[in-house]
Amino acid sequence: MRNPTLDRRTVLARIFPRPDRYLFVSGLAGPARDVAGLTGDGPNAFLMAGAMGAATSMGLGMALSAPDRDVAVVTGDGELLMNIGSLVTVASMAPPNLSIVCIDNGCHGETGGQTGHTSRSANLDLIAKGAGFTSSTVVETEAELENAATFLDTMPGPRFIQVRVTDGPPTGYKRNLNMAECRIRFRTFYRDAVGS
Amino acid sequence: MTKTDWSKQLFDDLVEAGVTLFSYVPDAGNKRLIEHAAERNDTTAVLLTTEEEGVAICAGADLVGKRAVVCMQSSGVGNIPNFLSFAKGGNFPILLIVSMRGDYGEQNPWQYPMGQAVEPILAAMGVAVIRVDHLDDLRPATQAALSAVFAAGQSAAIVLSQRFLGAKPF
Repeated sequence: MRNPTLDRRTVLARIFPRPDRYLFVSGLAGPARDVAGLTGDGPNAFLMAGAMGAATSMGLGMALSAPDRDVAVVTGDGELLMNIGSLVTVASMAPPNLSIVCIDNGCHGETGGQTGHTSRSANLDLIAKGAGFTSSTVVETEAELENAATFLDTMPGPRFIQVRVTDGPPTGYKRNLNMAECRIRFRTFYRDAVGS
Repeated sequence: MTKTDWSKQLFDDLVEAGVTLFSYVPDAGNKRLIEHAAERNDTTAVLLTTEEEGVAICAGADLVGKRAVVCMQSSGVGNIPNFLSFAKGGNFPILLIVSMRGDYGEQNPWQYPMGQAVEPILAAMGVAVIRVDHLDDLRPATQAALSAVFAAGQSAAIVLSQRFLGAKPF
């Protein structure tokens, strides 16, 4: 396994060059800040600041309920591992419109940088494949990052990308932490977008 | 109505209210309900690995204007409190269908601790408990829960007691 070199603050804009195309769900902490930076804390993103382990399942509920929209979950290695069974459920339901991007910094950045399982022996790409994902890949080099958007556009869903990044800080972005307000904001955006 | 028809009645009432996703951890108490959901083209049964996934699925469905429920045995209530933050902290409408173990007539001592904790845990997370002890309770309880969740934006659990379901024989 290579030492990671990618800076998490730069990867999402490369993976999602057109973020307006997606409905986003992010897990708590760093990934939420990164998605806030990507979307400008936009109404097409529901960003968590708690409920660790919920992002993938929330994205699944959204993908199954909005089959005409592309749904992207952005999670971290710790958040995903807290509810790793959710990958099994996603693969089992196989929603074609769902992509999961795990920003894997190998540690728990929000709580002090404590070592995470992916810095030891856990391999998230293999876990995703074992869960039943046929479209799963690792992004850890510049060349792989260059191909990531095409992977999402061309591979059958559901898709999983493990993005190995350094343990540097996430995007600095102040976002709305009021869950009820963010729920209404997202629902209103979606209702207006579908015109119903 | 015979005792075996209650799952269909509950299912029909939920579908009538617009529920399309039925997430579940398998339990004897929700077996027929989930079979009904899997049989129809306009409803989807989602097999979970743990009940908390189902709470997040309900929240995700709500964000795009759809309605979902989580079906579980009472032991599953112990797996979901943190995710009930969606309900208490964000006004997400979460509807749980809980089939009880560890209450009336239970013979397995392992079931009692969690059976007795169901209502306190749900109360602590702001989920209204609507209990069904007799067949006559089911339809009004279902309507009360649907009103609380999808009209009033609260969260509720339809709790099917062992008095209603019958205790599992050992």
